[in-house]
Amino acid sequence: MSSRSMEKYVIDKIHFRLISPLEIRKMAKITVVRPEIYEADGSPVSGGLRDPHFGAIEPGERCPVCGNTREECPGHFGKIDLSRPVILPHLGEKINLLLQSTCRNCGRILLPEDRIAYLTAIYKKLKEKWPLLAQNFSEEIAKQSSSITECPHCGAKQYKIKFIKPFTFYEVRPEGEIRLTPSEIRERLEALRDEDIFLLGMDPKSARPEWSVLTVLPVPPLAVRPSITMENGLRAEDDLTHALVEIVRQNERLKNFLSSNAPESMVEEAWQTLQNVVAAYIDNELPNIYQLSHRGRKQLKTLAQRLKGKEGRLRGNLSGKRVNFSARTVISPDPYISINEVGVPIDIAKILTVSMVVTSYNIDEAREYILNGPYKWPGAMFVYKRRQNMKIDLRYHRNYRQLAESLEIGDIVERHLIDGDIVLFNRQPSLHRMSIMAHKVKVMPGKTFRLNLLDCPPYNADFDGDEMNLHVPRLEEARAEAESLMLVENQILSPRYGGPIIGGRQDYISGSYLLTVKTSLFRKEEVSYILAAANYSGKLPEPAIIKPEPLWTGKQLISLFLPKGFKFEGRAKINAGELRCDDLNCFYDSYIVVSDGKLLMGVFDKNAIGAEQPGNILHYIVLEFGSKKAREFLDNVFRMFIRMLEVKGFSISLAEIEIPQEAKDKVAEMVHKAKEDVQKIIDDFRQGRLELVPGRTAEESLELKIIQRLQKLRDETGRLAIGYMDVFNNAFIMARTGARGSDVNITQMAVMLGQQIVRGKRISRGFRKHTLSQFKSGDLSPEARGFVIGNFRDGLKPYELFFHASGGREGLVDTAVKTSQSGYMQRRLINALQDLYVSYDGTVRDSADNVIQFRFGEDGVDPTLTYHGKSVDIDRIISKVKVTSK
Amino acid sequence: MSSRSHVDSRLMEHYLVPKHRLLSLEEGVKVLKSLSIKPWQLPRISINDPIVRILNGKPGDIIEIERDSPTAGKYKVYRVVVSY
Repeated sequence: MSSRSMEKYVIDKIHFRLISPLEIRKMAKITVVRPEIYEADGSPVSGGLRDPHFGAIEPGERCPVCGNTREECPGHFGKIDLSRPVILPHLGEKINLLLQSTCRNCGRILLPEDRIAYLTAIYKKLKEKWPLLAQNFSEEIAKQSSSITECPHCGAKQYKIKFIKPFTFYEVRPEGEIRLTPSEIRERLEALRDEDIFLLGMDPKSARPEWSVLTVLPVPPLAVRPSITMENGLRAEDDLTHALVEIVRQNERLKNFLSSNAPESMVEEAWQTLQNVVAAYIDNELPNIYQLSHRGRKQLKTLAQRLKGKEGRLRGNLSGKRVNFSARTVISPDPYISINEVGVPIDIAKILTVSMVVTSYNIDEAREYILNGPYKWPGAMFVYKRRQNMKIDLRYHRNYRQLAESLEIGDIVERHLIDGDIVLFNRQPSLHRMSIMAHKVKVMPGKTFRLNLLDCPPYNADFDGDEMNLHVPRLEEARAEAESLMLVENQILSPRYGGPIIGGRQDYISGSYLLTVKTSLFRKEEVSYILAAANYSGKLPEPAIIKPEPLWTGKQLISLFLPKGFKFEGRAKINAGELRCDDLNCFYDSYIVVSDGKLLMGVFDKNAIGAEQPGNILHYIVLEFGSKKAREFLDNVFRMFIRMLEVKGFSISLAEIEIPQEAKDKVAEMVHKAKEDVQKIIDDFRQGRLELVPGRTAEESLELKIIQRLQKLRDETGRLAIGYMDVFNNAFIMARTGARGSDVNITQMAVMLGQQIVRGKRISRGFRKHTLSQFKSGDLSPEARGFVIGNFRDGLKPYELFFHASGGREGLVDTAVKTSQSGYMQRRLINALQDLYVSYDGTVRDSADNVIQFRFGEDGVDPTLTYHGKSVDIDRIISKVKVTSK
Repeated sequence: MSSRSHVDSRLMEHYLVPKHRLLSLEEGVKVLKSLSIKPWQLPRISINDPIVRILNGKPGDIIEIERDSPTAGKYKVYRVVVSY
């Protein structure tokens, strides 16, 4: 192909039409008459479905039609002359419309001549201006015409046509329903005039209606239905060939019946079988047909099945293709590689290759790769010799030394993946642009891709068995583009909302909190050990405490890494509830102040280093010091947080969620009080004294009030229990710093689960008027309607567990339904928006350069560079000035 | 089709109706030049749109609409009048 000169054309339009029998006959090089495929000696049957006239497919074979070999022969169509015509199954609807609206005798539309002329004139005009309207117009004509019972042209009486999908027609005559054979239908369609066909919304030039009743069936060339030879020498034919064999068999059977003057009923039966088989050859999933299958089991994949569906030609081979130079395996975490890197297993690095043009600068390096060969890393897989125009596969080449010596400038070496190569890394579902990012390769032992934990939020990855894909860009240009646009450090800020999408989660947050909390003081060895995690090589700062021994604070350690001149002021995540304070006068250390790169007060938690937290410290480091500085911060300092956890140890135990007896008594009292209140509400309701909530019925008001009261109970008891926890309680730390869990989770573990809800109501389903058999009918009390007083620590009662499981099940179903629905919505949205782009003049255009928006987002602002979508961050500007002036 | 029913011109004063203005030929050409586009690449507005009727817009005319915008304060849109 490449050596031949090619003319270039641009496809303007594609026109689909019916093929005429004449054309089928013209292009057919062979008529198939024999259902057998091979003779006893294994050669193809002449006049069978593997006749050599279908085109050369074996190596060395010459095509008897065009004289070409396998490489050059395009393949040729054949035909089957059908003994009796059959209807194309998908066109039954159209045939029905034509039969209904035209005369069974003369073939004209059942409207007077002048009316036809008048309508045609309108239709022509309509078609020019409003093609869609024209379609409705001709449908209307067909409808009008089909209700007429006597032809205005020849006076013939018209009968109603009954159509049974996909290809059976009856004429409802006074004497009964008479089946119309395909031959009769074809005759009627032949009688139609071109003008009438045009008026009924069809184009007689590209689709004469009688062509929808086949008299001759085209048989595709062998290249379309290749047979597979297995190791044992047996041949397996393609499904299409199997279907065609069946057609030929039935066709020959019918032919025999016809020539031997068999009884009408047998002919009829064979004809209908042929019709069914042809329909199945076109679409094996039509309703009301007998489906073709492999020896009574697996369905044959016929023409329609090849195109249809997710794995069909369109969705599976044209919209989506399989690619080379890619790899997929399980991912696992590695906090010791950069966020810009990806750990690639050595086995994969030895298969994926990067092409490297040999120059005077890298020729020695290239020779080294060749000497290592294809199986030793870092080696090479192929060498392209430019002068000889030859591709050498090193797997089948013995003398590497000689090959390396003969290497010349301009040759291309396909070398293994090595450290520092740029690759694209992707995790499905690819919902936003951060789902594919460029990473630098780091070749590692093992069989999994290694991923820095900080890269998890943009990919939405975890390590419970997730797999990810890796692609190697082929060209220097592609690599450069990937590196400057898609490298992880250039994707820290998300365009979804103005803020960093990369950042700490879970243990990173616990670690940073423990490191920066006021009580953390470190001896010299500990400081060294923690700083070593961050690759720190400078001097130690002055210790914060000198006597009795030198001690450093965690804030000092963090400050070593914050950029000089960095200022920040804001609330930490723990700044809530009892630890709330609004300014510098903060006793609880919950107000962060960073001045000139020194953490002066406050702890680092989710609001400082968390992922997806606009306005945190990371965000401002990226905006003000660039993404490279931010990446270094992420790479080094975050390792320190992990090291902190290793030094201190971090876990939770049953003891942490235990509350003292005193608290338990108070809770019991509160529960008792709440039950009384609920009973009062119920009594009020029963006596009709309940105050109604506006717009609600008495029952609804009752439910609302009860839910409200019980919600209050859980909140109050939760608050009480958490109040008893000390600030070094690890569960408490995780909930308050935003590392994992919430106050509700702690409440559920320590005090009570609270109200379980199904379908937005208290649990009320099950038996009539009660949920479980142990409750009395009509019991509206909290426990009987899914209020769980037990907690996870002490365990649940059986009925409590049941209620909890009911609520849990609904949650599970909801998430399953929600993901599928939002996934489909996103797909449709992206299909609609995919060709829009922001052009250089700031306008948003579509693929035809129509203006969609006169300025992107109406203000021309890139949301990636904003603060939470706001283009000017006044608070930040003020706080910077404020800190400076102090 | 030419007999169009009357539209109350007080419609323009309604608080939900943004400011519409029929551009003169020169202004229209300027807008098209500034975007370097042909009229058919603009968003469209029907000749049967009540405001277009009040302004007596003809197919091919360009109408400037000034809306309030949550991001930009004021935002100008240009639409070409079409006959359908």
